[in-house]
Parts: sequence; structure tokens; C-alpha cells
Amino acid sequence: MTAYTATSAAGRGSTAFHASLRQRRGGLRSNDFGSDPLPCWIGRVDGLEDEPVPGEFATIDCRNNRLAWLGLQQDGFLAAAREAIARYGADRVAVVLGTSTASIGATEEAYCRVDETGSFIPSYRDFLLHSPHSLVAFVQGLLGATGPAFTVATACSSSAKVFAQAERLIRLGWADAAIVGGVDTLCGSVLYGFNALQLVSDEPCRPFDVARRGISIGEAAGFALLERVAARADAPQLLGWGESSDAHHMSSPHPQGLGARLAIAGALERAGLAASAVDYVNMHGTATPANDAVEAVVVAETFPETTRASSTKGWTGHTLGAAGIVEAVACLVALDRGFMPGTLNCTAPDPACGPQFAIDNVERAPQIALSSSFGFGGNNAVLVFGRGGRA
Amino acid sequence: MSELVVRVAGIGVYGPGLTGWPVAAAVLRGEREFDGADPPRPAPGLLPAAERRRAPDTVLYASQAATEACAMAQADPAQLPCIFSSTQGDIAITDYMCATLVQTPRELSPTKFHNSVHNAAAGYWSIATGCREPATALSAWTDSVGAGLLEAAIQVADSGAPVLFAAYDVAAPGPLHSAVPFDRAFALAFVLAPPDSAPGMRLALRRAADGAARDAVDADWARALRAQNASADGLALLQALAANAPRTLHIGAGPQLTLRAEFAP
Repeated sequence: MTAYTATSAAGRGSTAFHASLRQRRGGLRSNDFGSDPLPCWIGRVDGLEDEPVPGEFATIDCRNNRLAWLGLQQDGFLAAAREAIARYGADRVAVVLGTSTASIGATEEAYCRVDETGSFIPSYRDFLLHSPHSLVAFVQGLLGATGPAFTVATACSSSAKVFAQAERLIRLGWADAAIVGGVDTLCGSVLYGFNALQLVSDEPCRPFDVARRGISIGEAAGFALLERVAARADAPQLLGWGESSDAHHMSSPHPQGLGARLAIAGALERAGLAASAVDYVNMHGTATPANDAVEAVVVAETFPETTRASSTKGWTGHTLGAAGIVEAVACLVALDRGFMPGTLNCTAPDPACGPQFAIDNVERAPQIALSSSFGFGGNNAVLVFGRGGRA
Repeated sequence: MSELVVRVAGIGVYGPGLTGWPVAAAVLRGEREFDGADPPRPAPGLLPAAERRRAPDTVLYASQAATEACAMAQADPAQLPCIFSSTQGDIAITDYMCATLVQTPRELSPTKFHNSVHNAAAGYWSIATGCREPATALSAWTDSVGAGLLEAAIQVADSGAPVLFAAYDVAAPGPLHSAVPFDRAFALAFVLAPPDSAPGMRLALRRAADGAARDAVDADWARALRAQNASADGLALLQALAANAPRTLHIGAGPQLTLRAEFAP
């Protein structure tokens, strides 16, 4: 990973994210999104209302692409991506991004303003604006990359799976570099949808707390530039990935976490590592009663006591389709800055949590970090990252 | 750019006038008249009876094509990683969600919400077949068939094992139809395997030269269906498979990415 960035309620760019993590300053606020906000907490990124996308993309201007545009401009990512395109050629750079909401917020707006014939008003009639692919089309168009491009939309594992797809594309010779990541934004669909499933907490989310009451929904954009290790050997590395399905239920995890275990085992096997080599686990840790109960046991039974495990969703909220990339960046920040984030808003851990579970930040530099993402449909993805300088 | 070679071990299709591979192959060979009437609601054999009744059309169409492809390949679906690709996913649920958010947002159906995810078809499929292999749900707008085919072939090359690939879209209801010009439901599926000696056409994929013209089935009904459902982009692939003769096709996988697909019996 020769460049990476994340923008969420916990800050614009990875330096701000790092400061929030280090200072344990969360970004959640009382819900102020929309005209009739549900009583809950959200992780909202300020300023999107006033920062449109560049004019040539006006037909697909929407909150999601605005957040993508804002995110791309942090940490010098835009320059790094353009430099890679200049170096390898536009056709050798892939764009693989995850999203669950994409531009659905714009479709929701269009439904508020249908004309007397029941059609969208003309400014909302762009086909691409209403497609899940609007994000990738925007980023690809903006950068001018013409390599393979995919939208991965597997709910909350979306922007973790993109790393696996991009790594395969590079290894099999279909690209020399890939821009991976994901963007999800606040919208009525996810706020009222998760509310309907009774998964939204009325207080800031408390991952792994015994009295946790559900998620706080957040929005985020994150990106990473993936190249072969030889491009810059001292950059942090993607060592392995694992993917699996629960084959259990659309919106509840497998009770024994079978799919999660398969994905963790697959990622470690691909990385050629034992579980004991993992210093830090960034857990999915949504703060729903079901997810955290299952995941706590999986982590307690999989990793040694010396591993530290935490959820960073208390800082960002659950950024859904962007959770994979935000938490990948949390791992990369941990590797590069030499510490391990703990868990925010958890005061009394669920007794299912093992000795790995960390509430406080740990001021020790990890060498190997693992990130778990689990989505609706029982869709699981796990990534393993290591510090640069490895072979 | 490395060439990806796969064997097409199984084929499934479901849509207007194309109710299963034997019918579709005959139509695509010009041996049978295209009947454009809406087909019966699919009842895919691999979904449990309860799901056949209540699952949304996206799930039924994708699962119908996938069931047929797995049967032809004599493959155990529980062992196949799957790639589901769709321009719009469940656009009927998108219509429901957006309309409900305008009227009564606090009454949104929880089931419709979890069915609204783009990977709903992949999720239902993996649950019904007991498949714990990776499931991927993609979109590449109107190039979702070509992009999904590329991802499926990449996965076969990576793992050396077969995968299931399904592409589907359904009609756009309500106000969404003023932006998304989909009028018909259509799904296709392939089981793609490494190029071993078992039966099935070989398909070799490379990136085509920039500006290569894309192939489509040269028939009015096919052009009409393609205009009404982007997943019918795959008709050109199906026609080459139905002909069972050497053929080179160009298929879109992105705005500036065209695949050169070489078929050999």
C-alpha cells in the first residue's frame, strides 16, 4: 500500500484519524440528518453540503460522490493515484471500490420531487446517478484510469473484499496498480432501514459493552493504492485475505461464527502466518447484541492472550460499505504510527470477550494487524496487513 | 496482459422467450421463433419452497439461471464460489424503499430493507445451497455482464477451481423508470471451470485493442431485449455458445475496457 487515506466523522484524512484515535476523541453526534431525525447518534462528515464535485461530473453530483471527492483530496492521495497512472499507464490501473449506499440518497431525493406524471424531474433523470456503479464511474472518470473497474456491493464487507479482487488482478497480470477503497454516506434508507431491524442504538454505540444497544450509523470515504511490493518495499503490505459465506441468515450472524472463522483462517493461511503472529485485530464490532456476542467468542478462541483486539466504531460509527477500508486504514495507521487503538464507549466488556479485548489504547507497535468485516447475506472478508520492510 | 482460459461447464438462462438453455440455444441458432411474452415466474429448484414463494424477482431470476447452470455442469453448488453481477440489483425494492421514505419512513419493512442489499441474490443463494465459499456481488453499470465474467475468470485462474457466475436485472417500476430504462427481467449464469478435458466450450479472455467494436446478437428481438435490460448484453455470449463453433467476440467490461472473447469447441 503505497498510499492510503480515510475521511470519516473521526477526521478528514489519516493524520486527523490518527489524532482522534490517539486522543480517544470520537466523532459521533446526536442525529441531525434529514428533516425528521430518528433519536440516535450518527457519524456525520461536515461540509459535504457546500462542496460539490467538479463541474464535469455534475450529472452524478450526490452526497456519496462529494464524500469520495473530499476523501480523495486528503493525505496526498489524489497526487499519488495520478502519479501511478502516469507511471504505469491509465489502462494498467484498476479501480475497485466498495459501497452499500452508493448514490441511493440522490434517488431518495428524486422521489421527494416527482412530477405530476410520476416521473423524476429532469435534473434527476441521469441513469448512472441511480446506479450502484456511480461511485466507481466518478472515481474512474476523475482519475482517467481505464483498467478493470468494479463496484463491489456485499453490504458491510464491500470495501474489504476489494483488496482481494485487486490483489488477484495485479497478481494475474490484469493491472499493475489498483485504487481500492469505498464510500458510503448517510441516507434515509440506511437510517430507517436499520431502525426497522431494531439494530440502531439510541445512544452512542458501545462495542462489546455488556449493555450495548446497537449501531450508530456513520459515513466515510477511504482509499488505498495497491502496487507490487517491489514498488516500495518499506510501505505497509497486504499479506493475506480471506473470504467466506455464513450460509445461515440474511441479517443475523452464524451463531458460532463459522463464516467468520473460515475467513480468518483463509486470510492467515494465505499470509502464511499462525494466529499467534497477529498483534492487533480490528474487529467488526458493530455494537449489535448479536454481532458482538459471536465475534467476541471467535476472537477469544482464535487468538492468543498476547493479541490485542478492539473495535474502532465508537470513533466513526458503523460506516457500512466503507467500514472495510476505514478499518483497514485504522490498521495501517496502527502499523505506521506504532500503537494499537482500543475501544471507545465500552465500560463493562461482555463476559464473552477474551483477554485480547482492549478498551484502552496500547502504546506498543504492532507488526501484524488483521481486520474483520462481516456483512448482510452472511458475507465475510478478513484482511491481514504487515509493516513494510518484510520480504 | 495474461490470457484467462476457462471451460464453460454449465449454462443457465431465464427471460422473455428464453426459458432455459435448450429453448434459448434453439432461438439463438435461429431454429425457433422468439416468443416475447413474459415467462412464468421462475421457481428455481435449488431454493426451498418457502423462498420460491416469497423471494423477490431478482433472487428468483438469478437463482433460476444458476440452478440450471449447476445442473448442466453436474456441480455441487455448495462447493462453488459465486459471483453475482447486476446493473441495478433489486430495483423494485429500491422503488419501495424510496416511496416509503417519502410517505412513512418509520414503517419501512425490515425484510425489504435487508433484501435491498446488492448481495441479496448471492446471500439467498449461499443460504439455500449451504455454500460457505466466497460470494461476490458486483456492478459495472451497463457493462456488468462483461465485468462479472472477467472477475469470474480471474477467480478460476487464481484458485484452479470452478466458480458460478450469474448476471441479472429486473424491470424498473415507478418513478425510477424515468431514469432506468429497464422493462424486462433477464438472468444468465455460467459455471466456469479450469480448461481441463471435460465437455464444454473453451473461452479465452484478453483485453481487446482500444476502440474495438462490441458484438451484439443481430436480431430485432435481441436488440429490443438488450435495450430493456442491460444483463441481456450476455446474449452475444450465449449465441456463441449455442453455435458451438470457433468464434471471436468483443464484449464491454467498462466504458473503456473491452474484452476479446475467443470461443473454441
